[in-house]
Amino acid sequence: MEDIKEVILQYVIEEYADEDDELTYSSPLISSGLVDSFSMVSLKRFLEVKYKISIPDEDASPEAFDSVDKIADLVKRFTS
Amino acid sequence: MSYSERTRGVYQQQLSDIREAGLFKQERFIHSPQAADIEVEFPAGASLQKVINVCANNYLGLSSHPEVIKAAHEGLDQRGYGMSSVRFICGTQDIHRELENKVTEFLGTEDTILFPSCMDANAGVFEAILTKDDIMISDRLVHASIVDGMRLCSAEHDTYKHGDMDHLEKKLQQFQDKRMRIIINDGVYSMDGDTAKLDEIVRLAEAYDAMVFVDDSHASGFIGKTGRGTHEKCGVIGKMDIITTTFGKALGGASGGCVSGRREIVEMCRQRARPYLFSNAMAPVIISGVLKAFEILNRSTELRDKLEENARYWRNGLTEAGFVLKKGDTPIVPVMLFNAKLAQDFSRDLYGEGVYAIGFFFPVVAKGQARIRTQLSAAHQKHHLDKALAAFIKVGKKYNILGKTEEEIVQMYGL
Repeated sequence: MEDIKEVILQYVIEEYADEDDELTYSSPLISSGLVDSFSMVSLKRFLEVKYKISIPDEDASPEAFDSVDKIADLVKRFTS
Repeated sequence: MSYSERTRGVYQQQLSDIREAGLFKQERFIHSPQAADIEVEFPAGASLQKVINVCANNYLGLSSHPEVIKAAHEGLDQRGYGMSSVRFICGTQDIHRELENKVTEFLGTEDTILFPSCMDANAGVFEAILTKDDIMISDRLVHASIVDGMRLCSAEHDTYKHGDMDHLEKKLQQFQDKRMRIIINDGVYSMDGDTAKLDEIVRLAEAYDAMVFVDDSHASGFIGKTGRGTHEKCGVIGKMDIITTTFGKALGGASGGCVSGRREIVEMCRQRARPYLFSNAMAPVIISGVLKAFEILNRSTELRDKLEENARYWRNGLTEAGFVLKKGDTPIVPVMLFNAKLAQDFSRDLYGEGVYAIGFFFPVVAKGQARIRTQLSAAHQKHHLDKALAAFIKVGKKYNILGKTEEEIVQMYGL
């Protein structure tokens, strides 16, 4: 699970963060404004390709994507 | 009565939350025409104060230009006050067609359709031309009206980092499986005053089969050597698939906007864009004023040249005084203060010195990026700029920020 979290964290840092943003697994992503809801689509795509899963739109809510911890839970749910 | 005390309480609480968050917007009442010098009542009930306006979108000084006012009067006399109809029932006059042709010619596009505002143009265009099989890829700093338009559209959406062409290319590669791709940008970004790299964007669009959309509201009339806009500045006239713009800023400043671009796209908007189909036609008095504005611009580049010179003078003056500015070459010159309270206090003190300029802070701009956004106009004379500069310097000295770096200002005031 740590491995998934690290992969997601690295993706989020590369895709969304500025140099001085210090992100952890629990940092709020969407509610903090770091990731806007429009940008979620590429994050969802990344997860689906990387983990060979399909996340239904109704599960891809801003709440479910609001931290690396939560995203990892979501991925785990659809891979198991 | 259905508006119960409980319902009233809900809204009162929300308004109270907005006030507590320091986000409550208060209007200032102007008792004169829009111009470089205005008379302002602020706060409500206070005696009038004559101030220099450095926060209007009146880039070319056409908002109260005598020729525009005269043309609007004539339009009123000859074509009446209102149309009392949407365009496709009985709301289209010959002058609506004339303005659409004039815009097409000025922007170097194939066709144009008028909207009640650029907000409406942006709200309607995407939904009218895209489906769920398409992808909209927007710069992360596009205007709120574009964001709203994208939300109303069933196409998928994604963003690219502001001005980052490598990131945009990655996104275009990623979405090659979609039916159509559209790259969405502002021409000039209104908070920072920087311009989109439309030449590079067009190159990527051609390489990856994408359309290019630009909202040139803060550019039409003055950016580029003859004021055509950002596409002229970047040398890509004729390559824009969609330009939306407003008549509510440089082009007379009243209201109205348009979608200008590929013939089929404009026709799709005429058939399907809901803000067009279900809003009244633009009033003849405004159409007449905008037509005159275009006539003035086609006659000479004098106004945009003066604006460019004013912006250079202002930017140099502030730089020499030791302010931290956002880099750029447009008439939008943000004076960076970083701290939200400092931006508010600075704006208040400027007003006391006879200068009207507004502080912007989160959520309008990113946290720690608070600023006073100044906007130049061709209506400004040198004495306006010198007086405003003196006021900025006086207030800058009061807060001890002149000659200080970003780090030093942040150290003094926090983020």
